[in-house]
Amino acid sequence: MRMRYIEITVGAFMVMGVVALVLMAFRVSGLSLQDAGDTYTIKARFENLGGLTERAKVSMSGVTIGRVTKVYLDPEWYSAVVEMEISKSMSTLTKDTSAAILTAGLLGEKYIGLTVGAEDDYLQTGDWIEDTQSALVLEELIGRFLFNKAEEG
Amino acid sequence: MLAKLMDKIQAVGRTGTSVIEAIGRGTLLLKNSLLWGGPGSAGFHDLLKQIYSVGVRSLIIIVVAGFFVGMVLGLQGYNILIDFGSEAALGTMVSLTLLRELGPVVTALLFAGRAGSALTAEIGLMKATEQLSAMEMMGVDPFKRVITPRLWAGIISMPILALLFSTVGIWGGAFVAVDMLGIDDGAYWGNMQASVEFYEDVVKGIIKSMAFGVVVTWIAVYQGYDSVPTSEGIGKATTQTVVISSLAVLGLDFVLTAVMLGGV
Repeated sequence: MRMRYIEITVGAFMVMGVVALVLMAFRVSGLSLQDAGDTYTIKARFENLGGLTERAKVSMSGVTIGRVTKVYLDPEWYSAVVEMEISKSMSTLTKDTSAAILTAGLLGEKYIGLTVGAEDDYLQTGDWIEDTQSALVLEELIGRFLFNKAEEG
Repeated sequence: MLAKLMDKIQAVGRTGTSVIEAIGRGTLLLKNSLLWGGPGSAGFHDLLKQIYSVGVRSLIIIVVAGFFVGMVLGLQGYNILIDFGSEAALGTMVSLTLLRELGPVVTALLFAGRAGSALTAEIGLMKATEQLSAMEMMGVDPFKRVITPRLWAGIISMPILALLFSTVGIWGGAFVAVDMLGIDDGAYWGNMQASVEFYEDVVKGIIKSMAFGVVVTWIAVYQGYDSVPTSEGIGKATTQTVVISSLAVLGLDFVLTAVMLGGV
């Protein structure tokens, strides 16, 4: 009888552990099952990343459709190259899609926002996004503002 | 003068060799008892019994502590974040704090106090009443019979307890943030889901708590097995278990975090 009680409580303990893991996976970390796997990689060249890092979000109209997988400096062009994984469900990005580095909120994290163009051809794996817009760097903005003021006055 | 100096040097040497010997005995104990099997080895029922006394009986303290830690994190985080107008990030803060650090570490500290000390006292008393020697006389390997199920019970129970701690803590934080302080429900959970990564945060937290489970139970059973078989010796060994395993958990936590985050 005592053994039975121990077995039941240990079983319940294990089940609670599994339930906690499932809650962590789906409720807390927002893991979704079709997330992994089908993605394709596209690249973009930026003049200034301004704090964009690997694993940053790639979104379109505010919906996350991919992630930044790699960030490196191209030694030939002296510009930053960003590789991003886009979900296969968004395989209809046109060739003239533009990418901009945006900021979530005033001080939030950097992410890439994509805007589709009007061409008929779609971006394939390894293609480059031609039309890019660098991150807004506060110092440059302030510098330009002061420069303009000085010219006026 | 020279003789006194020599005495001092000898004392340092004796401490050094005894520490190294203790580490060696502990490693041998781990090696001899980690694998199942051998004469008179413990069965599945022994493991269940140990999981019951080590894991299930620690459940109450873990759940209650987790709930209050989560609520305090919610309250403190709210007071800090409200200054920046970013109280919507509270869910992120509470969940990442719990999953990455507080869940595994506080659970391991409580586990060392609640279950580790009990393991040491139990095995120490077995040694004092010569049950372990009696087992050896009967051809039963005390490592396999006594130590193995306890060690594995600790290794299995710790991650489950840490997960439950974090889960209850996150819901405790949600209780304070959403129900008492009036943060938007969607902001709390939505921001949390956007920034918590299953592999980066949840799985690495589980790996951490497994490592802590090994270290705490290992120290506990070793202290019990190696204790001086008197009432004073068992008391000292129990204290040692709590002190050494707490310090080991905190130190190992830094090492594991540095390795897994790759920052150092």
